[in-house]
Amino acid sequence: MSKSNVSMTVNGKAVSAEVESRTLLIHYLRENLSLTGAHIGCETSHCGACTVDIDGKSVKSCTIFAIQAAGAHVLTIEGMANADGTLHVLQEAFREMHGLQCGFCTPGMITRAHRLLQESPNPTEAEIRMGISGNLCRCTGYQNIVKAIQYAAARINGVEYKEAAE
Amino acid sequence: MNAPTPPTSLERAEKLQGMGCKRKRVEDVRFTQGRGNYVDDIKLPGMLHGDFHRSSHAHARILKIDTSKAKAVPGVVAVLTAEDLKGVNLAWMPTLAGDVQMVLADGKVLFQNQEIAFVVATDRYIAADAADLVEVEYEALPVVIDPFTAMAPDAPVLREDLKDKMTGAHGPRKHHNHIFNWSVGDKDLTDIAFVKAEVSTKDLLSYQRVHPCPLETCQTVCSFSKITGELTIYGTFQAPHVIRTVVALISGLPEQKIHVIAPDIGGGFGNKVGAYPGYICSAVASIVTGVPVKWVEDRIENLSTTSFARDYHMTTEIAATRDGRVQALRVHILADHGAFDACADPSKWPAGFSNIVTGSYDFPVAHLSVDGVYTNKAPGGVAYRCSFRVTEVAYAIERAMDIMAQKLGIDPVDFRLKNFIKREQFPYPSALGWEYDSGDYHTAMEKALAATQYRQLREEQKAKQEAFKRGETRDIMGIGVAFFTEIVGAGPSKNCDILGIAMFDSAEIRIHPTGRVLGRMGSKSQGQGHETTWAQIIATEIGIPADDIAIEEGNTDTAPYGLGTYGSRSTPVTGAAIAMAARKIKAKAQMIAAWMLEVHEGDLEWDVDRFRVKGNPEQFKTMAQLAWAAYNKVPPGMEPGLEAVSYYDPPNMTYPFGAYICVMDIDVDTGVHKVRRFYALDDCGTRINPMIIEGQVHGGCTEGYAIAMGQEIAYDAQGNVKGASLMDFFLPTAVETPHWETDYTVTPSPHHPIGAKGVGESPNVGSVPAFANAVNDAFKFLGSTHIAMPHDAYRVWQAAEALGLHA
Repeated sequence: MSKSNVSMTVNGKAVSAEVESRTLLIHYLRENLSLTGAHIGCETSHCGACTVDIDGKSVKSCTIFAIQAAGAHVLTIEGMANADGTLHVLQEAFREMHGLQCGFCTPGMITRAHRLLQESPNPTEAEIRMGISGNLCRCTGYQNIVKAIQYAAARINGVEYKEAAE
Repeated sequence: MNAPTPPTSLERAEKLQGMGCKRKRVEDVRFTQGRGNYVDDIKLPGMLHGDFHRSSHAHARILKIDTSKAKAVPGVVAVLTAEDLKGVNLAWMPTLAGDVQMVLADGKVLFQNQEIAFVVATDRYIAADAADLVEVEYEALPVVIDPFTAMAPDAPVLREDLKDKMTGAHGPRKHHNHIFNWSVGDKDLTDIAFVKAEVSTKDLLSYQRVHPCPLETCQTVCSFSKITGELTIYGTFQAPHVIRTVVALISGLPEQKIHVIAPDIGGGFGNKVGAYPGYICSAVASIVTGVPVKWVEDRIENLSTTSFARDYHMTTEIAATRDGRVQALRVHILADHGAFDACADPSKWPAGFSNIVTGSYDFPVAHLSVDGVYTNKAPGGVAYRCSFRVTEVAYAIERAMDIMAQKLGIDPVDFRLKNFIKREQFPYPSALGWEYDSGDYHTAMEKALAATQYRQLREEQKAKQEAFKRGETRDIMGIGVAFFTEIVGAGPSKNCDILGIAMFDSAEIRIHPTGRVLGRMGSKSQGQGHETTWAQIIATEIGIPADDIAIEEGNTDTAPYGLGTYGSRSTPVTGAAIAMAARKIKAKAQMIAAWMLEVHEGDLEWDVDRFRVKGNPEQFKTMAQLAWAAYNKVPPGMEPGLEAVSYYDPPNMTYPFGAYICVMDIDVDTGVHKVRRFYALDDCGTRINPMIIEGQVHGGCTEGYAIAMGQEIAYDAQGNVKGASLMDFFLPTAVETPHWETDYTVTPSPHHPIGAKGVGESPNVGSVPAFANAVNDAFKFLGSTHIAMPHDAYRVWQAAEALGLHA
């Protein structure tokens, strides 16, 4: 199958490669760039394990072709840490609040949560639940993921995190 | 004796991050950065990719397989069919349940999406393209989907390979589609009790076919070296050592030349216990080609082929006195195992531990009979977050108790309280042969009732029912109560083995000279957080901070032989092995300490992280000092070094229990429900990490919610699987998922070294009947006795329709 050149910026770095037109972005990221943080859980856009950020939008990378991301700025979990190497507050928050277990959904979940907090810096619990409803988790029951996002939002906003009463 | 500085001991204990603390997880550091190492992340030089051509029919004879077009695709290296596998005697493989299973379809197909040909190509896209080009000619055969028709006299013969073998792995077969009958209990006494019964109930309680559906599917990378004859298998294995032994037995390769590595696993829930055709084909393909071969299942393949769960149809009868005392339990189960009996149960237990069906109640007599049948559905019957069919029978007994309470006109909680096994009856011999280790059911139930203000909820419900009858509301309120007793920790060698290997588990602990520790276990975490919790057990046992303890699992070359992680067995079995290994180390350290301090061993006492001289606490040696000494100056005659291994054969199972209460409102006109409250009290004995326990309960309850309220792997009459994608198979999102309230009591296991019982599966076991009972409880004032799962909106609406509520 014929290949064409695709160039994009991934985690701040310019990358370029020859890919088949049918190559999915998730395969390009994982196979060509060895960025294996985003995962494949369903290949039908339901689970969100492949979620990355493209030009400021959460995108399920199993459902777009690599060539559709030509010229785009792509952010994956590998690009989430701060410039000084410390972890992003969401990465810390997920650990702090036990927002993960097997870790398979986590990169997509954190990437999605990052965009959610850009869209809505101080979301309610209901907004968080709706905001991550494109990302499935089989281990946590979401409750601690919601807490992690609330905790991260509080840290980003410089306010004290208060756990909701059970 | 008075410790000189008690706060210091306490401070030192806190620094250890040992048992009982909410230690943050070690694993999360890599997972939150996308640096986990899952099977599909593995890329080996020259690696090829495998993909299956699968059956479009549920039951058909294969007239011809033409692989020529597939082989002609550039990049295709090989296309394997059953004929190729016959050359290496691998067209069929043994199952864990004593049956055999086709690796690739041999002569016929027995379920839709069955594996027919395995295409190996240089790239996964090419493999998928070529798999589509395999051409199969079929002759369609009549299909058996409903297990209730499987043993009809004129039912088609599904397993022609067994046609003349009327004795199976578990005894006589009474029909060509019969797999086994398994009976336990005193049938005569039970029958007599029913004849004499003042009140009895009999209900068919079906637990539909579902799937564990971990977010990561099953996958493998197999790499065979033609030079050394060694086979390395990376895979999504909950039980890597068992896989190694299975591979050795069926391939003939020497076991020391087989290296099985389970890296990070993206959830298992029972789906990753068994051996699947994808693993076998990848191994054969690598042996044939001499290069690594990767196979990654897609979601549809996962849901439709690798191990369903449940599909148990339980006719459940309770006999009771008019004043509400249970007299007998009689259960018959029709078990649909699909096309091959590929259940992942301990070998001698064809129906798992379903004889825990008497649950938390003091039944004087009981009888259970299970018939397994073949149908044209995917094989399996795995313990989906369940200790071998416990989930199914917990649903049966908890539904049946509610139905009997309804018939007697007694509150379901009062009926349970009246029939609970009492605290003083433990250890309790059950009518179906178990010895429950410990329990305090009344305390747990009372705590749950108080926390949920249960009696007030009943008052509120009564008022709502009156309002409904007056036409003031279209909502009905259900209160679902479930009180489950689990049986986990398989298991004692006297009654548990897999393929003849006793179900012990193991731990090896090495204390390095600098007082840092490496622990290796035979278990395998799939998200349970063993790297965190195993270190906590060691920390408390030997007084070295958990942060100084590294835990490794999953590599059969380095880990001691273990039976793996499923059936909530890791804490009861591996956790015990860890404590026992740690105690061996501690005993040796004590000898070293005594020698160094020039006292008798008996004159030493343990204090958090050190041995100190009794009455002279300033004289001590810390475990770190003793570690150094073990490699430096040991007592005369003692071997240097400080490490130990323990293979722990548990004396009994453990019996965690819990009280779950669900409050639900249902709109009878839409069938839509809202979970107002879900309270889960778990007693898992000693608690190692409360944060992780809570997380397990949240996750298990969410799975239980999905099962009770919508999941089903359904088939149409032709055997087409209807629920095999995430479009159709209900996985709740954060929006649907209820809020979970967790609580606990602590009744340690008397036989476990640290008193722990295990918790991972309890929430799946307990939550399903709590949800189902809530739905049924909502409708019961309208004359309903039993509504079958799953309770999705359409089915709930149908139930309301059947009751005439939409007139």
